[in-house]
Amino acid sequence: MLQSILSGDLPRSRVLSVALIAILIALALGPFLFPGTRAFATLGMICVFIIVVAAYDLMLGYTHIVSFAHTMFFGIGAYGVALGIGHFGSGFGAIFIGILGALLLSAALALLLGLLSLRVKAIFFALVTLAVAFAFLSVVTQMYHITGGEDGLRVRVPRELGPAFRPLDSVTGFDLFGFLGVLFTQPWNLVDGFRDAFFTVRFTGRTLMYYALFLFAGVIFLFLLRLVNSPFGRVLQAIRENEFRAQALGYRTVFYRTAVVILSALLTTFAGALFALFNRYVNPENTLNFELMIFILLMCVLGGMGTLYGAIIGAVVFVVAQNYLQDVLGALSEAVNVGGFVGSLIEPSHWLLWFGLLFVASVYFFPSGIVGQLRIWARRREMRQTVAEHQTESSAKERLT
Amino acid sequence: MSQANPSVGQWALWRDRLLKLQSDKPHLVLLGLMLFLAFLAMDPATWFVLTISGMAMGTMLFLMASGMTLTFGLMSVLNLAHGAFISLGAFVGAVMLTGALGVYTVSPSLGWNLLAILPALFAAMAVAGVVGWLFEVIVIKPVYGDHLKQILVTVGGSIVLIQLIEVTWGANEIPVPRPGALRGAFVIEDWVPLIGGLVMEKFRMVALILGLTVYGLMLWVIDRTRLGILVRAGVENREMVEIQGYRIGLLFLGVFIAGSALAGLGGAMWGMYREIITAHMGEELMISVIVIIILGGLGSIRGCFYGALLVGLINLYIGYIEPRLAAVATVGLMVGVLMWRPQGLIPVIKV
Repeated sequence: MLQSILSGDLPRSRVLSVALIAILIALALGPFLFPGTRAFATLGMICVFIIVVAAYDLMLGYTHIVSFAHTMFFGIGAYGVALGIGHFGSGFGAIFIGILGALLLSAALALLLGLLSLRVKAIFFALVTLAVAFAFLSVVTQMYHITGGEDGLRVRVPRELGPAFRPLDSVTGFDLFGFLGVLFTQPWNLVDGFRDAFFTVRFTGRTLMYYALFLFAGVIFLFLLRLVNSPFGRVLQAIRENEFRAQALGYRTVFYRTAVVILSALLTTFAGALFALFNRYVNPENTLNFELMIFILLMCVLGGMGTLYGAIIGAVVFVVAQNYLQDVLGALSEAVNVGGFVGSLIEPSHWLLWFGLLFVASVYFFPSGIVGQLRIWARRREMRQTVAEHQTESSAKERLT
Repeated sequence: MSQANPSVGQWALWRDRLLKLQSDKPHLVLLGLMLFLAFLAMDPATWFVLTISGMAMGTMLFLMASGMTLTFGLMSVLNLAHGAFISLGAFVGAVMLTGALGVYTVSPSLGWNLLAILPALFAAMAVAGVVGWLFEVIVIKPVYGDHLKQILVTVGGSIVLIQLIEVTWGANEIPVPRPGALRGAFVIEDWVPLIGGLVMEKFRMVALILGLTVYGLMLWVIDRTRLGILVRAGVENREMVEIQGYRIGLLFLGVFIAGSALAGLGGAMWGMYREIITAHMGEELMISVIVIIILGGLGSIRGCFYGALLVGLINLYIGYIEPRLAAVATVGLMVGVLMWRPQGLIPVIKV
């Protein structure tokens, strides 16, 4: 059962399995475990980025196509929905039209990029996509009468997905971290802490939207897992390892590469559309920025290229760090309280500095990312166990004879 | 009939010459075509001013792009952190201009100005060069030969460098004073035919002259000196140079430092040109730099120069006709050239 859901690609590491189950539970029950709008936004962004990063990993990790145009497709999806709703009113029909238009545009652009990659070699492709993405960003920023320019667009979602819609009133949630905080800091107040940890969840249309997002993220992730473990996925990995040899075996690598670029673009466009519906506000900075592209790259590499589970781990680690590392640094700089250069190094606004260092270090020391490293450790332990078993077996045999 | 034949022959001769020119000197054809089309699209006086300004912008971009194209050509290292060195140079230059040498900067006399400008430019080059040296040894050396890792590591390194710039000089925009003597514009005397009475911005002329000087110097080094021969040979075939007993690693390190220093110089000039700088300016300029090195053909100094001129010119021409399309036109130019010549205008290496 589990084998067929995960397409036979199990986590293959005990730590990883535990982490994935914890993440699954946290995301599934998220709105009932973590109170506050910030936690809610974090949960939603994790789901969005799981789709985006998994789709990016299909290109980067499984086929070794380095593209910097991923945010362009994300932005097309987000703006597609925003413009669809802006023109046809807040209905599901408008959303559908917006998504459809965005998907068509993305497919056309991805096809063009894919065909361009016939003319130029791998390293050129990365640079060309970078330039194309920048041109797209500049167009969106300049066409302010359509896209709102730097100010962006508000997305007036249908009532069923907005905060005014209340299908259920007063659902009770349990503040997990609040309770754990009490448990560790003042265990004598455990009973009070336990009682205080219960809070009322406002189950609104936004919560519905979150669950739609969660569901889509899950389905797309399982679909991609199925894909990379299919014959199609094997060919992609063959192209990654040695394109020339894959060609020699009779695979039309051009077709496969173009197909991957298009598929990845379409999934990312869809993720962008979901993001627009969840965030209800799109602008160039949150959908098209080059910095966002780098974040996607960071998530993909940190989680582990070529392992789809890496997309989940990477998205969770990065989004949580993005939202909460600033708090940690803020607390640290208050505690240390040194001025000058050292002081400003640990200022909360410079969290990206530490993340960048972490990233460079991880490329050097853990090139296969968190998931890859966990799997390596798991395999080593397994090997050690089998060796030990073998030894005990053989020594037992010796004693018998 | 007897009259038509020679003219047909002549026409065919010209066509052959044109085709040969097109395949031998595509950069000149493209440059000429662009100048000609722009000349048709606007009045001569505007065209002249835009052309000079575009060339000034192009030479500044050339300073920034030349280092990156050589690093790629020589060691096939793709340094995406190059933009951070541009920002670094701009900030060091700005600090020199406003800090201790601020008195000289505001003075309207060129002599005193030079006392501020020259140290500022040298400091920008020196700091960018030293940081480039450290960057090469610490960050890039371990990932020679692996393009994917180079992209990842230099992107990470770029984040760290830009954050360090923000830590040192703050995250806000910093205004850069343009030296007194270089402010404003001068008017071309009326007696000059055709272009008399035109107003030229002084700083652009200085940038143009400096850029052309650096280009000339680089051509001299590359074409006429022993170092240049080694660099060219290394670009063409690295192993062969190593077999001859030269330490290509050291050579590459030198080129990398020089490239970073030039990026710093370009950044400092750009800062004075724009009169406002941010830590992220290098990242924005990287797009132009990337387009330039792709246009010119990776590893080629001449191609880089012509690519920079083309990008500078198309930016100003299109910016004059329809400002919103400047970036699209730049990228469109690149895509078009890639379709025509996938190796770039003056290819040196086969990627």
